[in-house]
Amino acid sequence: MKDNQKRYWKGLEQLSNDPEFVKNSEKEFPDYLPINSNSGEGGGPSRRDFLKMMGFGIAAASLAACEAPVRKAIPYLNKPVDVDPSIPNYYASTYASEGNYCSIVVKTREGRPIKIEGNRFSTITEGGTGPQVEASVLSLYDSARLRQPKVKGEDADWASLDREVLNGLRGARNLKIVSNTILSPSTKAVINEFTSRFGGEHIVYDSYSSYALIEAHRENFGQPAVPSYRFNRANVIVSFGADFLGNWLSTVEINKQYSKTRKLGPEKKTMSRHYQFESVLSMTGSNADYRSPIRPSQEGAAIAALYQLVSGGNGGAIAQEIPYLQKAAKDLLANRGQSLVVSGSNDIAVQRIVNAINSTLGNYGTTIDINQPAYYRQGNDRRMAQFVSDVQAGNVGAVVFLDCNPVYDYAGGLALGQALEGNKVKVKISMSDRMDETAALCDYVAPGHHYLESWNDYEPKQNMFSLAQPAIRPIFQTRQVEESLLSWSGAAETNYFNYLQNRWRTDLFGQQQEITDFQQFWDTVLYTGVFVPGRPLNLEPNMDQLENTAQTVDQTGAAPVFTGNTNGDIRQVQQTYKTDPEQVELVIYSKVGIGSGKQANNPWLQEMPDPVTKVTWENYMTISMAMAKEFGLEMNEGKSAMVNLTVGDTTMEVPVVIQPGQANGTVGVSLGYGRWVAGKVADNRGFNAYPFIRIVDGVCQYNVISGVKVENANKAYRIARTQTHETFMGRQTVIQDSTLAEYQENAKAGRFEPVIATADGPKDPETLSLWDGHLYPNHHWGMVIDMNSCTGCSACVVACHIENNVPVVGKDEVLNRREMHWLRIDRYYSSNAEVGDYAGLEEASENPEVTFQPMLCQHCNNAPCETVCPVVATTHSSEGVNQMTYNRCIGTRYCANNCPYKVRRFNWFKYHDNKDFADTNTQMNDDLGKMVLNPDVTVRARGVMEKCSFCVQRIQGGKLQAKREGRRPVDGEIITACASSCPTDAIVFGDMNDNDSRVVKLLKAEANGRAYKVLKEIGTRPNVFYLTKIRNKDSEEEVTA
Amino acid sequence: MQISAPVREPLVTDGKTIKDVTQDISVRVESKPTPLWMLALAISLALLGIGTYAVFRTLWDGIGMWGNNKTIGWAWDITNFVWWVGIGHAGTLISAVLLLFRQKWRTSINRAAEAMTIFAVICALQFPVLHMGRPWLGAYWALPFPNTFGSLWVNFNSPLLWDVFAISTYFSVSLVFWYIGLIPDFATIRNRATGPIAKAVYGALSLGWDGAAKTWQRYETVSLILAGLATPLVLSVHTIVSFDFATSVIPGWHTTIFPPYFVAGAIFSGFAMVLTLMIITRKVYGLESYITITHIELMNIIIMVTGSIVGVAYITELFVAWYSGVEYEQYAFLNRATGPYWWAYATMMTCNVISPQMFWFKGLRTNIAFTFVLSIVVNIGMWFERFVIIVTSLHRDYIPSSWAMFSPTLYDLGVYMFTFGLFFTLFFLFAKFFPVINMAEVKSVLKSSSATEQIKR
Repeated sequence: MKDNQKRYWKGLEQLSNDPEFVKNSEKEFPDYLPINSNSGEGGGPSRRDFLKMMGFGIAAASLAACEAPVRKAIPYLNKPVDVDPSIPNYYASTYASEGNYCSIVVKTREGRPIKIEGNRFSTITEGGTGPQVEASVLSLYDSARLRQPKVKGEDADWASLDREVLNGLRGARNLKIVSNTILSPSTKAVINEFTSRFGGEHIVYDSYSSYALIEAHRENFGQPAVPSYRFNRANVIVSFGADFLGNWLSTVEINKQYSKTRKLGPEKKTMSRHYQFESVLSMTGSNADYRSPIRPSQEGAAIAALYQLVSGGNGGAIAQEIPYLQKAAKDLLANRGQSLVVSGSNDIAVQRIVNAINSTLGNYGTTIDINQPAYYRQGNDRRMAQFVSDVQAGNVGAVVFLDCNPVYDYAGGLALGQALEGNKVKVKISMSDRMDETAALCDYVAPGHHYLESWNDYEPKQNMFSLAQPAIRPIFQTRQVEESLLSWSGAAETNYFNYLQNRWRTDLFGQQQEITDFQQFWDTVLYTGVFVPGRPLNLEPNMDQLENTAQTVDQTGAAPVFTGNTNGDIRQVQQTYKTDPEQVELVIYSKVGIGSGKQANNPWLQEMPDPVTKVTWENYMTISMAMAKEFGLEMNEGKSAMVNLTVGDTTMEVPVVIQPGQANGTVGVSLGYGRWVAGKVADNRGFNAYPFIRIVDGVCQYNVISGVKVENANKAYRIARTQTHETFMGRQTVIQDSTLAEYQENAKAGRFEPVIATADGPKDPETLSLWDGHLYPNHHWGMVIDMNSCTGCSACVVACHIENNVPVVGKDEVLNRREMHWLRIDRYYSSNAEVGDYAGLEEASENPEVTFQPMLCQHCNNAPCETVCPVVATTHSSEGVNQMTYNRCIGTRYCANNCPYKVRRFNWFKYHDNKDFADTNTQMNDDLGKMVLNPDVTVRARGVMEKCSFCVQRIQGGKLQAKREGRRPVDGEIITACASSCPTDAIVFGDMNDNDSRVVKLLKAEANGRAYKVLKEIGTRPNVFYLTKIRNKDSEEEVTA
Repeated sequence: MQISAPVREPLVTDGKTIKDVTQDISVRVESKPTPLWMLALAISLALLGIGTYAVFRTLWDGIGMWGNNKTIGWAWDITNFVWWVGIGHAGTLISAVLLLFRQKWRTSINRAAEAMTIFAVICALQFPVLHMGRPWLGAYWALPFPNTFGSLWVNFNSPLLWDVFAISTYFSVSLVFWYIGLIPDFATIRNRATGPIAKAVYGALSLGWDGAAKTWQRYETVSLILAGLATPLVLSVHTIVSFDFATSVIPGWHTTIFPPYFVAGAIFSGFAMVLTLMIITRKVYGLESYITITHIELMNIIIMVTGSIVGVAYITELFVAWYSGVEYEQYAFLNRATGPYWWAYATMMTCNVISPQMFWFKGLRTNIAFTFVLSIVVNIGMWFERFVIIVTSLHRDYIPSSWAMFSPTLYDLGVYMFTFGLFFTLFFLFAKFFPVINMAEVKSVLKSSSATEQIKR
């Protein structure tokens, strides 16, 4: 076809064909379309962006349509300067409750206190803790705490409460303010301001009173206080019913002191000798070298006889009758000035005789210091009794209960409760942080802070101060009790922190010369937590120096002058106590875990087994083996029986525990249980033993020697014990012990060294193995446990519970033998039977020797658990730690079966977020409780195995810290929770590849001495070593029944 | 050609012909279910239902529903597992070992025995899964499969893993063996079937069996090969199950005698279970001509022999414990016999050692009622044997502080009932819809060992 001459055009532009058009027509798309910006360089959105937007839109719309779970993690909008997520902060503070004192360090994570550690700056507690101290952090997150003030049972605000309270107080005549022992001088000053403002009186009582001890010292020495005891200086310790390691005065401090006298090694082959004369087998009695079960009615006479023996007399018939009394006297006389006699009696005459004995022996000025009084117990029984009768008579117009609960924990509490209920007092104010038995009867409840939310200062001993600082902002609308009192008194300064600082500025700042700036002084004291005038304010925890200063502090003054009529006291005691062999006698004691019952709503303490009976969750009546037989009572596994216990006109049906070592003709019950307004954990657990306490002449008597009746109720009962087999069946590979006399001759005394018969003759089990062994190129963690230092106090058990988020399982599951403790303390009684008489070995002897053995994963180098796991969920680390991989575990429990030490624990149920465990395992079942969980440790799922990890999170944390600082970890820097809590330094943890570590030094020293491995002959090669238990007995003495 | 001596007891009595065999066995499959069968199945299903609730609670709430505790990690779960696996031994032994040894008497019992084996192994398999804390993961994590979990692998040192292999192999070989044996009989039923469903189902099940000489020859060959494969498995399964205990360090478990002891025990209990079931089936289905008193007597002899082996093993254990001089070993055995679980040990000894000795008397071993009672006694005894080994060894091992007692809960019982329900449901379904006697093989012995043939000669 020829070229068509006709021309068609799209528009005039094409026709004219101007350059502009030509340029545009070459482009596929016109300029105004956003095509050119496809590369995105043009800045505008591209097609791809459009697709992205669309994709996002669809995804976002569909995601938004899904219901997302509400998680209550709120990020910091403004991060606090010193809070870094995942980095813990530590604050020195002080635990002081009912006069029990411990200097502590609070570990906080993201602003939440999660763990209590001991404060090594303190010369009193020296870094130790106790179970109640450890557990107190959970009480902070107790859902039973009050969230705001209450007026007549209704929620109220502080303004209206203050108004009503002030109205009430102004018009009230005869105001009383009631408290337990208060260690804080500033709090006392506040109380003084309050009482002087309203003209009232401050009444102090103690749930377990030491009034007689205080009163006797007032009478004999003119010093109305508990003296400072120095157990560490005593070669001979004689205790009459004082459970000084368990519940007497200052247990952390005394455990620390006592353990120093029990350490043995190649350099020190001597130890203290401890006599215990008591009725119930206490934890202290379990540690005694010579223990003599006596009736409470014999106690006074025994003390009197001991006085006569040490002052040259013959002690009379009773000295013959009570075993070891004469021996004790002989030892005391041989150790004048280096011995100590203590008594738990609350009879003033008895305590006066004890003072006379100590005075005769010259112990004042050496092992007892009355020139530096301690304030651990300040309760005045007589004034308290007077107060109760005043209330009953309607003579009290207003009463303020300052964080105390006398309706429950005072002997006359029920009478007081009736009087309060009957409105015998017009204005009733409680300052308890929770609804308790007393607060429930008060019109006004002005809840105070938990101690971890509070500022305070303490003076546990004269001139030894410590500070408490808040580790968290108040969780609820509570107000520190001191602030409430200050505002009610109309003080000029109602901010307690300022009040406190002002007092320190005027009183204490001047008592040192090192620091001239008050703020710097304050910060320094806050850092170390303690202040002792005259002691350098060190910021480095230099233990050597600490010990030196401890020595200086130990300088006791000149022996004080004893004045008293001891012979008169002896006559009085002999008249008061008459032993009737037909009469059952009752001893009322308090337990290591629950104590007075103040922290009863704390599940960690409820689940902590009693060190001696191993019973959890409740109290019971202990009865001697002979009496049990007489009453036809039996105890087998969890099965026990009920008896009717009658004291005076009170009868209660109580469960029974048959207790070896219990004095015949006596029974014992413990305080702290049977609470009725405490919270879901504690309510109605066990029975209330306070009504059994007799008040004689205004003084509480914890021994009832007449009017006690026991009848078999013929009713079965199940009692939850974590250990039901009492003896160690003569198994020497488990428990190795000896006497001091033998040990002094041979450091390996009591050691059992198994050998394996092979074709090449007998061999050490460690030399035989199927395995090649492991290489530990970097660290090799190990632990040494000194059974001679361990007193069984169970601080480690609770510390482990907290550190590792171990669930609490409750009474029913303990009955099912499923408690979860990673670390337990095995308690074994001795038996009189011959080795080989298996049936006989199952029976403990009537007055057994007791051995405590902390038992945890032994981190075997040839671990039986590791080989049997089908999915390799438990493995050996290159640092010698036997580790569990929870998310790999399928729960066959084969490892637990094959563990010779039975330390593996299985999650039988889901323990967290499970309503079945809401009342027991509170730290995993409510939002408040969960705040205490250690974020470094997984909360385990149902169906997986768990066990001691050697606190691997602490190991990793320590290693990381060292790595960041470009150095090797220092010995003592990485330490497990159990070792860190131990008040007796019985547990030493460290790197066995580090030749300078304490573990290596200890093992080197004890390699040919006391160190042994449990069940060595199986060839598991544990990384945990034990040091033999040595009893300070004379060699000629046989174990007496 | 097998020559049988005329003095030998006939294996098939009452002059049954080949046609009679087909008729007697097939009619049970073809006829309508009897009320008795319906009742039996209903009871089984009820058991299964109740048991399912127990299984559900175990899975939903956790192993805590059972009585196991920190000391006794395994109790009824693994007791039941080993018990069922033991029962599952007789079938393969009868079909494989006796086939290799040309024991013709096995023909009339091997079908039911094998079925029982398979059902017992199914029941046994419930426990390794249920006893896990997290079965939803464990059921496949215990297998060595390639994965992207960070190349997690199983632990070949663990006897539990060996169990996985041993039991799954045993189960699959037994199943195949059983099914191969069923094919000719399915074909017979297919050929006789009238209904379309039966025709289709049995047609499919018989895999196109044509009855040709070549087919029969292949059938024989496969049977022989499978018998050869299955024979070592009879020994291996319980050997490996016993390793779960034998390789551990627990006194009472750590014993080299376990493999033969467990295998003998397994055959012992397996034969007892076969007897329990066959005596009932024989009566209900009127199969007295096929399962004769001779069969029962022969099985009783095996029970007596294996029972005696087990007895010797028990005594050897006691001897070795004494002879070893190991304190823990000695205590473990003393504790079994005289400790708090003495009654379990006494039951075990009575049922397993003393009672089979009754079979020395011909009068007793040919007495059906006595055999029936004793077959149940033996299995009670064997259950207690496993209970004694597992629970009484664990409850008092090395560290006396951890010594504890075990008491079962309703859920332990429920899960055990679940397996009974499962077992009997499967067995009754089998008895109704599958030929309970291997027709093809019984026909093969008619010529040589039936009463008719012997008379003719």
